[in-house]
Amino acid sequence: MLGRPNLYTAYRQETQFMPTWTQKSVFWVFMALLFLLPFDLPIISHLPIVRFLGDAEWLRPMAKVLVFAVAALGLNLLSGVAGQVSLGHAFFMGVGACAGVFLGGEGGEAFLGHGLPIWIWLPGAGVTAALVGVMVSPVAVRLRGLYLAIVTLGLVFLGIHFGNTSWGRRIAGTPGEGRPFPSLDIRLWKEEKPLVDVSSDGHWLWFDVTEGQKRYFAFLVITVLLAVLAKNLLRTRTGRAMQAIRDRDIAAEVMGVAEFRYKVIAFSVSSFYAGIAGALFAALSNRLLAFEFNLFLSVSFIAVLLIGGAGTTAGPLIGAFFVVMVPEFVEAWTQWLEQAEGGITGALSGLILTSGDDFGVINTAIQTPGWTLSVYDWNVVLFGALIVVFLIAEPLGIFGIWVRVRNYWKRWPFSY
Amino acid sequence: MGVALYAWLARLEARQRVPLAFLAGIGAAIGLFLAVQLVRAPAVFLQTLMKSLGLGSVYALIALGFVLIFKATQTVNFAQGALAASGALFLAFLVHDSRIIQDGKSVVVRDGHIPFTNIASPFDSLGGASWLRWAIAVAVALAFAAAVGLVVERLAIRPMIGKPLFSVAVITLGLEIMFRVFNNDAVEVDFRPIGAPWGLDGFTVAGAFINWSFIAAMIAAALAFIAVYLFYRSRLGIAMRAVAFDQEAALAQGVSVGRVFAIAWAAGAVLAAIGGIFATQPPVAQTLSVGDETANIAFRALPAVILGGLDSATGALLGGLIVGAAEIYAGQYAAGQISWLGAGYPLIVPYVVMMIGLLVRPYGLFGTEEIRRV
Repeated sequence: MLGRPNLYTAYRQETQFMPTWTQKSVFWVFMALLFLLPFDLPIISHLPIVRFLGDAEWLRPMAKVLVFAVAALGLNLLSGVAGQVSLGHAFFMGVGACAGVFLGGEGGEAFLGHGLPIWIWLPGAGVTAALVGVMVSPVAVRLRGLYLAIVTLGLVFLGIHFGNTSWGRRIAGTPGEGRPFPSLDIRLWKEEKPLVDVSSDGHWLWFDVTEGQKRYFAFLVITVLLAVLAKNLLRTRTGRAMQAIRDRDIAAEVMGVAEFRYKVIAFSVSSFYAGIAGALFAALSNRLLAFEFNLFLSVSFIAVLLIGGAGTTAGPLIGAFFVVMVPEFVEAWTQWLEQAEGGITGALSGLILTSGDDFGVINTAIQTPGWTLSVYDWNVVLFGALIVVFLIAEPLGIFGIWVRVRNYWKRWPFSY
Repeated sequence: MGVALYAWLARLEARQRVPLAFLAGIGAAIGLFLAVQLVRAPAVFLQTLMKSLGLGSVYALIALGFVLIFKATQTVNFAQGALAASGALFLAFLVHDSRIIQDGKSVVVRDGHIPFTNIASPFDSLGGASWLRWAIAVAVALAFAAAVGLVVERLAIRPMIGKPLFSVAVITLGLEIMFRVFNNDAVEVDFRPIGAPWGLDGFTVAGAFINWSFIAAMIAAALAFIAVYLFYRSRLGIAMRAVAFDQEAALAQGVSVGRVFAIAWAAGAVLAAIGGIFATQPPVAQTLSVGDETANIAFRALPAVILGGLDSATGALLGGLIVGAAEIYAGQYAAGQISWLGAGYPLIVPYVVMMIGLLVRPYGLFGTEEIRRV
């Protein structure tokens, strides 16, 4: 049966993992695309955008998309599903990254570390962050709305400060240099030769895979697992309880939903996701930099949720792609425009300021005297503007646009 | 371990109150310690007191801006820091006092000029005392800040009337991010002096050196508090309270919600700009000029407004003073005891105080408890 959104004829159908045919097909098509993306397969390499995203250069931002997706899935469980707004997601990511480097990093005089294998440090990162989330929750559960947002914002400042203290530096590394992060190699214990080598170019099955591709696959597997877990959580008792608390907490409590308990669960699960994402975020650049886990990062996850669509599982994934890729596109586009001549692109290249007296608003230099901004600055402005514009024009995000399109075609051609 | 932790937390939650006696004990111990310090070294104590009052006043100024906007729109304006930096930056453009001493002679680094143009600032050619010219420049900068507040309100906040409150808060976060980029670009590489007539000068009382800027901040905060207090008793202030209570009901009573929003934002931006000007002076900073750090004053003042309660002007004033005192006194006296918190630990003291305060009173000291309907 094709299945129509929000039309359920049986209880079983309503509690299905993916109730409609569209969801199932979109899911499998995207899974196939994401897994085949880095390979030079005949069909894949002819799909215009997909091929270009699978480029060695673009796989890195794609891996970043996956990290952002994991973090946003966690924030979505807390803010989108349970309705508890948090600006402290970067703090929990930082906790996860520190726990990961503490368990998995090489110890020494300067740094603390135990050199444990990935199957300990990656879950360890999540669990540590979850425990910190539980410890924070007695304050957090008592607060509502903006009070909660500001207290969690305070956590970010506390985290950055502690990462900068003399004992914090033994874990988080020095402010400028950071600290090397353990590789994603899978080992049984501390043996020399890894079971699965993820940190150098090599050969998997019939394919030659580079380091970047290996990292992308590792991230993809983790992201898919966690996304399925998050989507599954929504149809369990816990997930329904969290949604009830979001919709009207007193009513939920009256119906027998233990508010405190489910809020603590929401905090810990969300922090678990954040911890994993934090460890992956540091693994992305093989370096842990404490100052990166700042308010801006927290706000970018809020932006991911709002742009993608909060409260859904697909929303954070779309939003993560959007928020990470738009700046990358803008940068690539600027570089491309610099060389463009004639036609529309030539006219647009007038926007770019290359010499001192040229007319243009995008400066190619990084240090920009005068009133023009560099492309990096413009990207930050664009990021802020996207948040504002999306909230004013489309509060439900890209997922909301999809819902509108779907609802239109659902009754087409009998729209009324 | 997790189960035990959860059980302990659940018990804590069930009691709803963190042991007040425990907190009172800590408070008494701190009071005793301070009393001993007062007797032992009165000069240091007096200087610390004045410094803490100065910092608290700056926090109170920013916090009053937060409260004004919150009371009208029911949202926290996260762009307050960027507005503060914009106002101070505009003042820095207007004042001519941008000379540095280079090789023994005074060199003009940058002429004061009107932003986005090459027109020299009219304040240079203005006669009269320098402090008077500075005062006029401040007035113009504050008017500019009000204009910025109005524009922001009209473009980004007005369309959101009736929308979820958190969305509006996130919009202000987006605005903060955008404004910061423009501010930092305008600051460029070097810092921009704001040319306060008192500079780093001060006077000595009973062996304690007190900056004029402390006194100025205190006067500004007191005036701002009185102005806000009187404003809430005026016709417009009552309209603002009505809008905060229920936008639709206020509309039905003939209150223009849009106008109330606009006025709240303009006033909030002016308070932010005053706070931003003081954020470049001691005790907040020693640079006397606007830099990348100036915008952070709002995030430093957030604990004050949360501790006092988001919708109380009295709370903003008291919260600012408490948080400022905690920060300065911790920096002065507790360096030996809590040095493991690392250098610059006074900066996180406000957040710790805020979290403890919220454990006891989830809506701040003077905040109105939200009435929840089923």
